[in-house]
Amino acid sequence: MQNTIPTKTSAVSADYRSLEPTANQPAPVLEISKLTKQFGGLRAVGNFDLTVRQGALDGLIGPNGAGKTTVFNMISGLYAPTAGDILFYGENLVGMEPHEITQSGIGRTFQNIRLFPNLTVLANVLIGYHPHAGYGLFDGLLRNGRFGAKEREMTERAQDFLAIFGLEKYQHELAKNLPYGEQRRVEIARALASDPKLLLLDEPAAGMNPAEIGRLMEYIHFIRDRFNLTILLIEHQMRLVMNICEQITVMDFGEVIARGTAMEIQNDVRVIEAYLGRGAAGRQGVSM
Amino acid sequence: MELGFLLISMVKIAAILAYLYGVLWILGHQNRGIKIGGLIVAFGVIQALLLDFGGFQVLTDFDSGLLFQACTMTMVALGLNLIYGFNGQFSLAQWGFYGIGAYTAADITYRWGLGDARGLLIAGLGVILGGLMILAVRRLVRRYKGMPVLSQFTLYLIGSVMAGAVAVFIGNALNPGLAPLFGVSDAPGILASPVVMQIVFFLAVLIAGAFAAEVSFLFGLPVLTLGSDYFGIATLGFSIVIQTLMVNTDTLLPFPEMKGGRGMIGIPKLTTWFWAFLFLIAVIIIMRNLIYSSTGRAIMSVREDETAAKAMGIDVAFYKLFAFVVGSLFAGIGGGVYAHYIGFLSPGTFDFLVGFNPLIIVVFGGLGSMTGTIAASFGWIFFLEGLLRVLLGQMGTEAPTWRYVLYPIALLLLMLLRPQGLLGNVEWGFLKRPAIKLRDAAPTASVSK
Repeated sequence: MQNTIPTKTSAVSADYRSLEPTANQPAPVLEISKLTKQFGGLRAVGNFDLTVRQGALDGLIGPNGAGKTTVFNMISGLYAPTAGDILFYGENLVGMEPHEITQSGIGRTFQNIRLFPNLTVLANVLIGYHPHAGYGLFDGLLRNGRFGAKEREMTERAQDFLAIFGLEKYQHELAKNLPYGEQRRVEIARALASDPKLLLLDEPAAGMNPAEIGRLMEYIHFIRDRFNLTILLIEHQMRLVMNICEQITVMDFGEVIARGTAMEIQNDVRVIEAYLGRGAAGRQGVSM
Repeated sequence: MELGFLLISMVKIAAILAYLYGVLWILGHQNRGIKIGGLIVAFGVIQALLLDFGGFQVLTDFDSGLLFQACTMTMVALGLNLIYGFNGQFSLAQWGFYGIGAYTAADITYRWGLGDARGLLIAGLGVILGGLMILAVRRLVRRYKGMPVLSQFTLYLIGSVMAGAVAVFIGNALNPGLAPLFGVSDAPGILASPVVMQIVFFLAVLIAGAFAAEVSFLFGLPVLTLGSDYFGIATLGFSIVIQTLMVNTDTLLPFPEMKGGRGMIGIPKLTTWFWAFLFLIAVIIIMRNLIYSSTGRAIMSVREDETAAKAMGIDVAFYKLFAFVVGSLFAGIGGGVYAHYIGFLSPGTFDFLVGFNPLIIVVFGGLGSMTGTIAASFGWIFFLEGLLRVLLGQMGTEAPTWRYVLYPIALLLLMLLRPQGLLGNVEWGFLKRPAIKLRDAAPTASVSK
């Protein structure tokens, strides 16, 4: 899992060079500026800005309907932004097809689990490998040596991922037959198989109990270090966000209302208002 | 009499299913010698049964007719299973592509039989040029990102017309040069010899498949962008268009030899058991190898969840089109084989209502089960045409119509009792997921705590 920065020369990347890492700040992986999404008359996201730096583990939070998932959908290309730019290693993702964005190194999971329900867990992870399977259609049709070698290599790597998440015993089960928590982990394993540099996790802890959340936090730390990932996650479980996220961005009504460390966010008046309503800020700190 | 016939028919159906099981087992055998030897034996068994030993024939003309029908139906239904069962695109166009394949192949050999090489030259060149055109335009389209599908379609359409025009021009120019080689009826030339005829037949079937595939590419490119239900309606429209064109081949289309609604007669009967078996096995092998490769997994992921497939880096539009084209290729090949067995093509055969048959077979055998499709194709033909028609025929002249009451009831019962299809996910022999040799040691990586 090498982190190679694409060396494309374009007008955009010239811009990007001016953002070369300063003495102690890693290079930005994702730079979103003035991102806007309009659904008819509804402005789901407006003037959204975000910079995620190499190796970061950042969080995106906000009340329901704040536009967090819409931001994710725009990053992964499922929605076309109304305006704004999304730079990934200096390359603008706006206008690219979702599969091209994934192939350029952005993996994601979904808020409502989206596994391939009638395929085995192993096949789910193997599909993540498809864009870099290393053999073509005709190798597959002829089932030649190249096919065998690549297929074996892929399967072994997929099993490694499953082992990391303690899922190897489920590998031949259909994905839909797995318990909820396991399905979430399969989804993360599948996203990792597409060899991302940036991983977007949409509410990875939804529906998990405290013990499972504890384990999930370990996994997230572990995969970031092991696969040199940069992670951006959306979460409602404040325990998880406040514990593991380095920089937290808070959205409300499609706009950024606060940004900072867990400590700063917890004491931000606007954040408390967004979550608890106006007037709440004066009475108490948020019990997050 | 009826009871005896019933028993014999049941034995026949059981025997044919056992035979299919055997063929799939042989195909799946590890040892290459056994595999090839076994296939020759499997071919030989039926061939021997078809032979006429001085008036005695185990498989009568009626039975062999069923057998060939079942083989072509298997190819068509396997193609549809790829489109509908594995890729999740509900298509009613399969029967149209079957018809396109049948008429294309029939026209090539029919003309050849009359000493006219234009059919082969024009269709062959057209298919090759069309294929090259598609590759070239595809490269062009890729360069301009975000080109609307309809603009792409227009480019492909212009390319197709140009490729066709070039093929017609070259074909017409070359034809007079070949004409003397056909000789005259008293002294047939080299091109009229039976061996050449067999080769032409083989090429005609391949060209028919490729032509059906290219038509499906052109049709599928814009139409596959529609959602599932709308796609189904559009494909129904396609089948109706194709059938209408078939009825009017001599008036709307410049093919008087196809004789429009009266039906095309005099197609050389070139389909032997050898060809049917060969094409059937080829289709089965291609289908299975495709499904158990990364491409196959990509095709299935589109069926399972398009959004998730996109997020996994899979080009959903491409794989929809790919599955559609390969499925149509199989249908076209099946059509070519069918046309040369009965030697007569009637547009009525390709009516869109009959086009529901492969769909029913695919659902009956189990969506996404290759074995189910193969077994259901054979079972369907032998049961419906072989057993019910004859059995009911003995009860009265109008009685065979009852089979269209009986089989829907059977289908309803099956759907209620076994919604996953007759065989569900069961695959036999060759069609089982092949094991991949892995390293011996257990995976070592795990979370270090």
